[in-house]
This record gives sequence, C-alpha cells and structure tokens, in this order.
Amino acid sequence: MKFLTKIPPAHTQRLAVTFLWSLTLLSLGMLLFVIAFILWHGLPHVTWGFLTETPRSMGREGGIGPIIVGTLWVAGLAGLIAAPIGVTTAVYLTEYKREGKLTAVIRFGADCLAGIPSIIFGLFGFVFFVITLGMGLSIISGALTLALMVLPTIIRTSEEAIRAVPRSYRDVSYGLGCTRWQMVTGVVLKAAMPGVGTGVVLAIGRSISETAAVMLTAGSALDMPRTMSDSTRTMALHFYMLSREGISMTNAYATAAVLIVAILAINLLAYGIMRRFVARVS
Amino acid sequence: MLVALTAMSGLAIITAFIFKEGLPIINKVGVWNFIFSGDWHPKEGKFGIAPMIVGSIAVTSGAMIIAVVLGVGCAIVLTQFCPRKLTGVLKPSIELLAGIPSVVYGFIGVTTLVPLIRDYLGGPGLSVLASSIVLGVMALPTVTSISVDALQAVPLAYREGSIALGATEWQTTRMVMLRAGKSGIVAAVILGMGRAVGETMAVIMVAGNTLVMPDGPLSPVRTLTSHIAMEMGYSAGDHRKALFATGVVLFVIIMALNTIALAVSHRKAARAGR
Repeated sequence: MKFLTKIPPAHTQRLAVTFLWSLTLLSLGMLLFVIAFILWHGLPHVTWGFLTETPRSMGREGGIGPIIVGTLWVAGLAGLIAAPIGVTTAVYLTEYKREGKLTAVIRFGADCLAGIPSIIFGLFGFVFFVITLGMGLSIISGALTLALMVLPTIIRTSEEAIRAVPRSYRDVSYGLGCTRWQMVTGVVLKAAMPGVGTGVVLAIGRSISETAAVMLTAGSALDMPRTMSDSTRTMALHFYMLSREGISMTNAYATAAVLIVAILAINLLAYGIMRRFVARVS
Repeated sequence: MLVALTAMSGLAIITAFIFKEGLPIINKVGVWNFIFSGDWHPKEGKFGIAPMIVGSIAVTSGAMIIAVVLGVGCAIVLTQFCPRKLTGVLKPSIELLAGIPSVVYGFIGVTTLVPLIRDYLGGPGLSVLASSIVLGVMALPTVTSISVDALQAVPLAYREGSIALGATEWQTTRMVMLRAGKSGIVAAVILGMGRAVGETMAVIMVAGNTLVMPDGPLSPVRTLTSHIAMEMGYSAGDHRKALFATGVVLFVIIMALNTIALAVSHRKAARAGR
C-alpha cells in the first residue's frame, strides 16, 4: 500500500471514481443484458395463440395457456393466504405491542424465515402439505408453501408502511374517541394501504419467479387446472423444463419473455404504488 | 397475537419436519461419514455428501468475490459519487435484478457464459467458475441494496467533517464512510452469501452436477441445493431420507449465516443507539 500514498490524493480520487463507476456500469449493463437477451429472443414468438393454447407433446408445440392460469392460481393464492397473516403480524408488532422479548422473537422468526433457501421450503412443503396432510402435488400445497416463503416480505413492508403513518393520525383518532381497534383498522391501515399493497405485490412477484419450491409441491402437470387440488406447472418451472430437457428452445424463450414481462410489470407496479404512498405520507 | 406468531411457528414446523426426516439417516450413517465421505451410492446404502459440501463452499466463495467487489462498488457510487436523483433511479433498477427468476439467470449462464468458458478457458464449461459468476450476479442486488442502506445510515456530519478537513471524496469514502458503515456492509455480504448458498435451479443449469470432488475452477460440481433438487424426483426410502439429511446440513449452514448477520447488524444498532 505504500506506493498508493505517494500518488497525490487528487489522482487516487480520480482513479477510484473511474474504477467504481465502471463497476456500477458493468452491473447495470448485466441487468440490461439479461432483460434484453430474453426479450429479443422470446418476444417474436409470443403470439395470442401461444398465450392461450394448451401445450402439445410436452410443450414442444402449442402454447402456455394452462401454465399461465396455473401460475396465477398458485401465486395469487399464496398472496391471498400470506397477506392477512403478514399484515396482522405487522399491526401487532407496531400498534399493540411494546418492543420486548416477544416482538424480538417474532422478528427473529421472520428474519430467519426470509433467509431459508427455497429448496428447503420445497422439502418442507413436500413432507408436510403433500404427504403428511395428504394434499398431494397440487395448487394448494404449492400456494401454502409459497405463502410461508413470502410471509417475511409482507411483514417487513407492512411494518415499514405502518410506521410511516404520522403519529398525529393516531392522536387525532384517539382524540375523537376511537378505540384502538377502530383507530388501527379505520385510520392507520387505511393510510398505510398502498405500502401494504406494495409488499403483497412484491410477494406475488416472488412467487411467480420461484421454481424449486413449486417443483416439489405443485408438481408439473400440463393440463388446465380445474380445482385447487389439481397439480399444475408454473411458468418458471415450464421454462426450466423446456430448456433443460431441450424440448423446444423457441417455446422456452417465449415463456421466459412472458415471465420477464410479468415480473417487470409487477415490480414497476409495486414501485409506482410505493412512490405514491411516500408522496402522500410526507 | 396468535396470528403474529405464525412466522415463528412456521419456522419451528419447518425445522422440526426437516430434522425429523433427515436426522435418523445421519445417525444411521454416522455424522462423520455423512459429512466427510465422498461415496454417494444410495443403492448400497452409502451416503457421503463431502463433494457437495466442498462444491457449495467453492461456488459460494467465488460468487462472493464477484458480488462483493461489484456490490460494494455499486453501493459506494450510489451513495457517494452520484447525484441523488440518479440514485433514486439506479437503486430500484439494481433491486429489479433480484426479481428476475433464478432460472432465467441459469439459462443465460448456460447459453452465453458456458460456451465462452469452454472455448477460451477449456474444460466442459459447466463449472465452478460459471456457477460462481451466475451466483455472484444473483447475489449482487442483495449486497448492493443493503450496503447502500448501511452507507446512507452513516451520519452526514461524518462526511462533511472529513471533507471540511481537506480530504478528497475518495479518502473520505475509504477512511470514514466505509469504516463507519462496516458492520452494515458485513451483514450485507453475509446475507448475499446466504442467497448464493441457497440458490438451486440456476446452479443446476450451469454447474455440471457431477458427483466428484471438484479439483479446480473449471471442473464441474454439484452443490447441496442442486443435489437435493435433482434426486428428489426419483428417490425413495433411505435415499429420500438422505436428501432430507442434506437439507439439514444446508439448513444448519444457512441458520448460522443468518444468526451471524443478525448479530452483526444488532451490534450496529446498539452502537448507533449509544
């Protein structure tokens, strides 16, 4: 390091800034490359027929109609299950409980849950929902597993949203004679709604892009799902199977393009809601 | 109150079930044999996951070198050298990288990166190196986003004070900001590591998945996660239990990483509160 000190600080400054900026541009470049590569190869093959038809001969031909429906079922259901639990937890953590042992335990649980890899969720969902509870490889097993997986995301974002609601809202509603319950449901949650919504939208996005956990719990059936106990294949898994087994590269690219567009739309939606929320609260 | 405990009880049930399924076989084979033996022959009752443990460690270390250099670099630029408006655009875009499905990363790795490695560096292409790069890119948003938060949490006065003393921006960054934000950055790195260790599908696609101990950056590997995912489909009996036992090992590693990350960031919180 000695030679570094001999170079004048102004030069090291310029050197460091150039180096760091090139790292940043490289990172951003990769993001653009990933998205552009998939869209470039995939979008030309995405037609109305592709989006609606049923896949034929293991997905070599035909479209991904049932797969889109299955993905929406699994991800939507996971969000629907996780949202009330997550929001209630967040309300409990922020409005009802002073910081203490119990909140620390709940937070620790959520933090650890957030760190568990999806394949472990898959293993768990497989023994617990699929085998022990006898739900089989099905939409509901997949959704329950994913709900557990995305729960920490919803808790964290809802908690932040509820904390961001100004103190004065609470004081005024108490001043008007509200009970705590009325205050929480009528005032705080209403004000925090967009923030909570962001969390749920992000959670659904995460469910859609998940592969390992749904592979072990929802199965990989290609038929149009009719009930919640039918097995289904999600888009991410379909893409994986098409490309991994070399079934059809064009359909794999097209599926990936649909997936990427969905993920981008979901993230932009979440970002949009969040910005509106921040603008309103502050 | 009861609902609030769902996350905690979910964690408890997951732990209980994974251990219940996995521990008996570890006892049967012996902890030592299970972790340090390289023989995986389910039909003969031989279950040794040493190559997979080494594989996971090799791939994760490689990934972390990439993720830390790029991630912390990005975080420094975003917090120190970049107009606020631009940061507001760049940070969400990098976080967007985290939303892209892991299979997409794996697929791009296998279609673009693997042939490059095969043609220019030799070997089968499906390798430790390819998996490290793919995982590094995947862990990048986690590392960047948490490091940015850590650096933004450093009081502005530190930076202003240092600049006022005549230090250049880079000297300030290196000697003041990075030091003050150190624990947050360490937490970011550990959480990124957790993401890299736990990733499954992307690794299956680019790692090559042989059951042999890897002997260099260009040799194919199998990680703990891909081991579970690949054999789960056709396993039964002791074989399946041994995969759960692999899950137990993975689980223990991840929990250790999480606990360290939490402890580090708590220490930071404690120090900030003082």
